[in-house]
Amino acid sequence: MTVVYILWLREVKKYLRSRVQIIASLGAPLMYLGVLGFGLGPVFQRAGEGKYLQFIAPGVIGMTVLFTAMFSGFAMLWDRQFGFLKETLVAPVPRLAIMVGRTLGGATVAVLQGALIFAVTLVAGFRPSSLLVVPLAFLVIALIAVIFSALATAIGSSIKEMQGFQMVMNFLVMPIFFLSGAIYPLEGLPRVLAALTRVDPLTYGVDGVRGLLIGRTHFGVALDVAVLLGVGVLFVIFGAWRFSKIEA
Amino acid sequence: MSDHPIIRVQHVVKSFGNVMAVNDVSFDVRAGEIFAFLGPNGAGKTTTIKMLTTLLRPTTGSLELNGLDPTTHQTEVRKRFGVVFQDPSLDSDLTAWENMDIHGVLYHVPRHARRERTETLLRMFELWDRRDDLVKTFSGGMKRRLEIARGLLHTPKVLFLDEPTLGLDPQSRNQMWTLVRNLNKTEGVTVFLTTHYMDEADRVADRIAVIDHGRLVATGSSAELKRQTGTDSLEAAFLALTGTTIRDESATAADQMRQVARVWRR
Repeated sequence: MTVVYILWLREVKKYLRSRVQIIASLGAPLMYLGVLGFGLGPVFQRAGEGKYLQFIAPGVIGMTVLFTAMFSGFAMLWDRQFGFLKETLVAPVPRLAIMVGRTLGGATVAVLQGALIFAVTLVAGFRPSSLLVVPLAFLVIALIAVIFSALATAIGSSIKEMQGFQMVMNFLVMPIFFLSGAIYPLEGLPRVLAALTRVDPLTYGVDGVRGLLIGRTHFGVALDVAVLLGVGVLFVIFGAWRFSKIEA
Repeated sequence: MSDHPIIRVQHVVKSFGNVMAVNDVSFDVRAGEIFAFLGPNGAGKTTTIKMLTTLLRPTTGSLELNGLDPTTHQTEVRKRFGVVFQDPSLDSDLTAWENMDIHGVLYHVPRHARRERTETLLRMFELWDRRDDLVKTFSGGMKRRLEIARGLLHTPKVLFLDEPTLGLDPQSRNQMWTLVRNLNKTEGVTVFLTTHYMDEADRVADRIAVIDHGRLVATGSSAELKRQTGTDSLEAAFLALTGTTIRDESATAADQMRQVARVWRR
């Protein structure tokens, strides 16, 4: 347990000390909020869908958590090539403890980053239906963070080159984001696109957060949480398996 | 130093696909000695260290560290050695103290002992005054000293040093080997090192093994190797044993990452 804690603490300390990373990571969410939130707002409102900022804010939070959690895989690749991972791999501790510590650390950083963006959306004009639901929404955000942090661990354990990670970002992370319904409603989609959104775990995450924060949900929060829990368990097992196979 | 071997390597082979990195290598390292494992680039030094430190499994052959097989008793073996890798393995975004503390937790050193030992080692390695500074502000020599201090935190029986002085200035190299020599004497820790600097091996090693193309080509003291090859320096003996052909290694993923890291630092 101490091992899990110290590795979790390492990730959190590194994040809190990295002001540049914190500020730089605000760029994309602010762009989506500013350009899409305000740019598409009038169109969205004319279509009778209400305020677009209210709709997109949970999606931007989900996106932030996805990108930050996946970045922990990149950090692992870096640690793997530049040694710190070796320091942990030759230690007399189970690899599962190392994997869990790293994954929870990555997930915590993603949640902190999500909280920062949540604060930004409030400043931009987003209003949750009630403050009481915010902690519940953050439980769903934590589930999203664990899922993608575990996936990042699995990917970081499976590839060795930086270029490989860039390919993952382009061909996996961007589709996960664009298929999640973060920036458009899931109702009335073409059949193929609708099917693809249903196999994307982030869809249920964004839907759950949106359902809790503004009361608008496609699948229902209970189903969202059930799917996220199931996928979370699967991805943690997958990440632990891939991590156990690392050869330095 | 005792005649009892603390490391035994017997007929070890390690192949990666068609490439045989280590080919039927056998040698012993005695408890308490400083043992230098020398060879040109790509000779199989790091692969051998990785097998002894449980990071790789041999294809065939047997290994023993302090009477235990690293392939079947990984956890027990890991408690018994410290290692300084060829590439730095510190977390640059943490302080010296935090790096030591994480190591102590990973090796189950109790909190009180962890603090005492960390202070002793940081003082010994002249890093105590910088204990709260981030490692990224350290010079190359300071980072290497910190890595050795960290590797000794859990009082291991064997310390592996894989090219620990690579890229250090002569003053830092001199200081580091003086410290390693002292530690070997005061704590009785067995040191297994690799280096490309023959003068260092000549100065600190009790015995030397030379590996080339994955095969062990000679073992003995510096004087024995010189006598065997009819040369008057360890460097000349090394060249007589391994030839003068330059070894080209293809860039590994780590080499490519290192290149990227250099560009980022500019």
